[in-house]
Amino acid sequence: MTKPALSFPIYLDYSATTPVDPRVAQKMIPYLTEHYGNPASRSHALGWKAEEAVEEARENVAALVRCDARELVWTSGATESINLALKGAAEFYKSKGKHLVTVKTEHKATLDTMRELERRGFEVTYLDVGADGLLDLNQLEGALRKDTILASVMFVNNEIGVIQDIAAIGEMCRQKGILFHVDSAQATGKCDIDLQSLKVDLMSFSAHKTYGPKGVGALFVRRKPRVRLEAQMHGGGHERGFRSGTLATHQIAGMGEAFRLAKLEMAAECHRIRVLRDNLLAGIRQMEEVFVNGDLVRRVPHNLNVSFNFVEGESLIMAVKDIAVSSGSACTSASLEPSYVLRALGRSDELAHSSIRFTLGRFTTQEEIDYTADHLRAKVAKLRDLSPLWEMHKDGIDLSTVQWAAH
Amino acid sequence: MAYSEKVIDHYENPRNVGSFDKGDESVGTGMVGAPACGDVMKLQIKVGKDGIIEDARFKTYGCGSAIASSSLVTEWVKGKKLDEAAGIKNTQIAAELSLPPVKIHCSILAEDAIKAAVEDYKKKHQ
Ligand SMILES: Cc1ncc(COP(=O)(O)O)c(C=O)c1O
Ligand code: FES
Repeated sequence: MTKPALSFPIYLDYSATTPVDPRVAQKMIPYLTEHYGNPASRSHALGWKAEEAVEEARENVAALVRCDARELVWTSGATESINLALKGAAEFYKSKGKHLVTVKTEHKATLDTMRELERRGFEVTYLDVGADGLLDLNQLEGALRKDTILASVMFVNNEIGVIQDIAAIGEMCRQKGILFHVDSAQATGKCDIDLQSLKVDLMSFSAHKTYGPKGVGALFVRRKPRVRLEAQMHGGGHERGFRSGTLATHQIAGMGEAFRLAKLEMAAECHRIRVLRDNLLAGIRQMEEVFVNGDLVRRVPHNLNVSFNFVEGESLIMAVKDIAVSSGSACTSASLEPSYVLRALGRSDELAHSSIRFTLGRFTTQEEIDYTADHLRAKVAKLRDLSPLWEMHKDGIDLSTVQWAAH
Repeated sequence: MAYSEKVIDHYENPRNVGSFDKGDESVGTGMVGAPACGDVMKLQIKVGKDGIIEDARFKTYGCGSAIASSSLVTEWVKGKKLDEAAGIKNTQIAAELSLPPVKIHCSILAEDAIKAAVEDYKKKHQ
């Protein structure tokens, strides 16, 4: 029997985005060409058909996260959901207080929105995480004040895949009467999300991290106890006034189908991906001086973020150009600053520069993992032969004692 | 980011990788950059009795452009007098490799590495 041929590049960047599942694409197509009505048109069958699709999708999203379909607002993606949740709640509740709390390792969609709120006169506390990437609940408790109106914590981190204790944080916030927003862009289809039991008031979702199309997402806005928001998008009053704009029926149908499939397949898929991830890690760990970034246990099985000491991340990405991965190295970003997430874990700059994020997904195969591990070992060895730091390390020099010529 | 063909060529087939004995009287060693910045370059020159650079070696920790810049200058310095080598400008390196603006500092590092190696050799022979 011959092995299935590998096709290149091997995609291990599922946290950046996922391919649309072919079943999802099939579901979407009729809403472009056939059932093209405006879901807000009440006067004819084309409109009703589109509305039906939108509501079916809403039910499917609600079923995955166990909320009421009426608690979901369609948006253009998690970035918009986060903006609506944070700005909308801050503006609505500002007479109660002007303090918000979040975490340094959040996605830019949250951090940048918080910065904007600071410009509008709110005060924001950015909490540190431990070396494992996790938020310490005592530290959170210490940061909550009488005038705190909202806390925002991500479910799953996009760079290191660690899972925060959303249940415990929710209890703490609810007890103190503080609204709790959770960015779940990276959690759907990977973690059980039960909004019946979680004390979460607002939760942001994205379709394109869970095999749905780009450009669509949703915001959960709890009805009991009721959460109010100031709309950020004004117009025809769609989505109960929370978010105006004609609904993108095909995108929404795609998100609904993607989340329906996620619910059906999540358990088996996570199990399969965990085996692959562990195999990848075993293959990588045959090398010296490799460090996993973030807690390995409280983490989604899809993520492996590793630093290859003495090898710079961008040069490694260039060496493995037939494998699509991302790096925390400064050299891959325009800013020339290494990953702020890895820095927040207390990782040294050099380890942050040497990091690679592998994210596995629905279509990853064992053959791809074998190829990746073999290829990485060869390329890391080659780059270490090129590395003056590796040479010094092998000569027994402690690099932290070296006086570097600054530039 | 897309790399120029020359960067890819130097990156895939780096010239003159390795090390000379630092203690050797005919060798000058330059080490510039810092691991915390994501780039460290070690460049060594071997100088003949006539003051001409006979051979060069490098090792670089850094991005593909940094590796290519150092590989390129090991070729350029060979056959040059010390002062000629120290006169190589980062703009020449950047032009030869078609480096984009964000990668200019990689070529500056290579220029600095040559200067440091020449300096080290001169110090040994004062
Ligand atoms: C954790 C997290 N939050 C928010 C976003 C933004 O999502 P979207 O692309 O749907 O706006 C992303 C994706 O980049 C993410 O990973
Ligand atoms: S070494 Fe970092 S950009 Fe070149």
